[in-house]
Amino acid sequence: MIQVKNIHKFYGKGESRSEILKGLSFQVEDGDFLVILGASGSGKSTLLNIMSGLERPDEGEINYGRTELAHLTDKELTEFRKKNIGFIFQQYYLLPNLNVDKNVKMGADLAGNKDYRETIAAVGLDKKLQKYPHELSGGEQQRVSVARALAKKPSVLYLDEPTGALDEETGRLVLDYISKLREESGFTVIMVTHNQNIAEMANTVIRMNSGRIVETLHNVKPKTAYEIAY
Amino acid sequence: MIINYKDTLKMIGILIVSFCAVFVCTLFLNYNLDLAGIKEEIVSPVSQALYDAQVMTGKVTSSVSGGCLLLTTVVLLCFYVGHYIDIHQKELGILKALGYSRTRIACEFWTFGCSVLVGTGLAYFCAHLLMPKFYEGQNQEGFLPEMDVCFHPVLCLLLTVLPALFFSLLAVFYSYLKLNASPLSLLRGKELKKIVKAGKETDQPFLQELKKSSVRQRKSLIFFITFAVFCFSSMMQMSFSMKELSSRMIAVMMIAIGIVLACVTFFIASTSVIRANAKTITMMKVFGYQSTDCAGAVLGGYRPWAYLGFALGSVYQYLLLKIMVNIVFADIEIVPEYHFDFPNMFLTLFCFIVLYEGVMFFYAKKMEQMDLKEIMLE
Repeated sequence: MIQVKNIHKFYGKGESRSEILKGLSFQVEDGDFLVILGASGSGKSTLLNIMSGLERPDEGEINYGRTELAHLTDKELTEFRKKNIGFIFQQYYLLPNLNVDKNVKMGADLAGNKDYRETIAAVGLDKKLQKYPHELSGGEQQRVSVARALAKKPSVLYLDEPTGALDEETGRLVLDYISKLREESGFTVIMVTHNQNIAEMANTVIRMNSGRIVETLHNVKPKTAYEIAY
Repeated sequence: MIINYKDTLKMIGILIVSFCAVFVCTLFLNYNLDLAGIKEEIVSPVSQALYDAQVMTGKVTSSVSGGCLLLTTVVLLCFYVGHYIDIHQKELGILKALGYSRTRIACEFWTFGCSVLVGTGLAYFCAHLLMPKFYEGQNQEGFLPEMDVCFHPVLCLLLTVLPALFFSLLAVFYSYLKLNASPLSLLRGKELKKIVKAGKETDQPFLQELKKSSVRQRKSLIFFITFAVFCFSSMMQMSFSMKELSSRMIAVMMIAIGIVLACVTFFIASTSVIRANAKTITMMKVFGYQSTDCAGAVLGGYRPWAYLGFALGSVYQYLLLKIMVNIVFADIEIVPEYHFDFPNMFLTLFCFIVLYEGVMFFYAKKMEQMDLKEIMLE
């Protein structure tokens, strides 16, 4: 279980100092599919960065079970990410000089996963192992990034606007892969998006505005990637 | 004005290398020109032998040092021009889209020669300040007649203005070649460099693959790193080995030039590798790779080349000194026979290992401090 307790985050100094996150508290159950919804500037990406250990909060705590992120050194935090966290970003961030196989290996080697090619096959890219990122479409690149994140067998997968740069068809495809792989492996998914329709796929939805949680919803019957409007 | 003068001042590497080249060449060539003026006054065979040896030393030193450093400056300049175009793709794309021709934009790159002019000008001035001491050191035994330091305007022109002009033209020409991309691809900020694919597929761990790929993508940096260590190795060993062949001043000068050249070249190469791989390093850290893993994968591939540079430097200084002793100073009896100095080599190797691994440690620490969010937002 992930517990977020009274998180505050400030940016800037002096007069330009502004509070981005204003005392957020909630918890995420293991295996949950949480969507954090909000407009641009609502603080959702900052929250994701803090929850995943990429940034530190100015106040408050993030606990993964008995592990308190605030008490970890930078080195320990990196080790924690290595063992527990997977990331998928809107901009993919694939390594341009390495082919699909090696890009996914980047994640797989961290978990000692020798069967990482099964993950590549699961996202439908087993025929493109030797292709380089610039030889792939946007959707294919995002699928490589999905495979890379999942090949390290994370217990929590963080997604920052994963379909933001994709067209509808490719977006649905990527969401479908993530959803199915989550059902198979049981990892927790925490996704940040501004697309309200995607929120219908989640078990829990947190709506943010100006650094505050304004609404928390629970979906009794989450929809699939092909059932939601886009 | 497309390229700011401040941009050219950032090219401290070119400034330092051109400074070193012109400094050495000015000292030896000016000395040789002045030496020619006293040729008629030499009467004894010992003085004649020393005179011939010094003329030859001047020619060898200025052509070897000047030639090597000229080549390095050419490579450095091309590297800087390429780097400038890579990081200013969008601005250059806008200019091309607005209708500026490739020639028009390339012509602006002439300012890159300014850093050479600053370097050569400073070097010429500093060399003249040091020249009386240098002349004194060259004739410590008093075998040659007294000589005054003369100013040679042609030498000044050849060593300061001409290199600057040459490098300005080179910058324009090279940028013209590099700007051969459509406005759209520049605007989209696509990498102008081609991805060099791996030849044979292997099943090595990711860090090994990245290490190889990092070297494959930036082969020009192999030259810089090998050259940096070559300079360090050859200059350090040479200056300790040639106590009997030259004055202490020349030895100190060589150590200083060797260390400065090595540090500058190594710094440029390493910084360039890290900058080029900033996103890769960031993603590795996001995924949980430690900074030492990142430093090892990104910079570790150059380690064998660095050691090769050390070996080449050792061989080069040995051959050069052997030639000097056996050919240039052959007629001078007081010069002892030269043998390879192993203790000196091991001492230099020890210093190199400490410095190299120290720099690697420094970069690993620097990577620890990289702001993940800042790079991801770029």
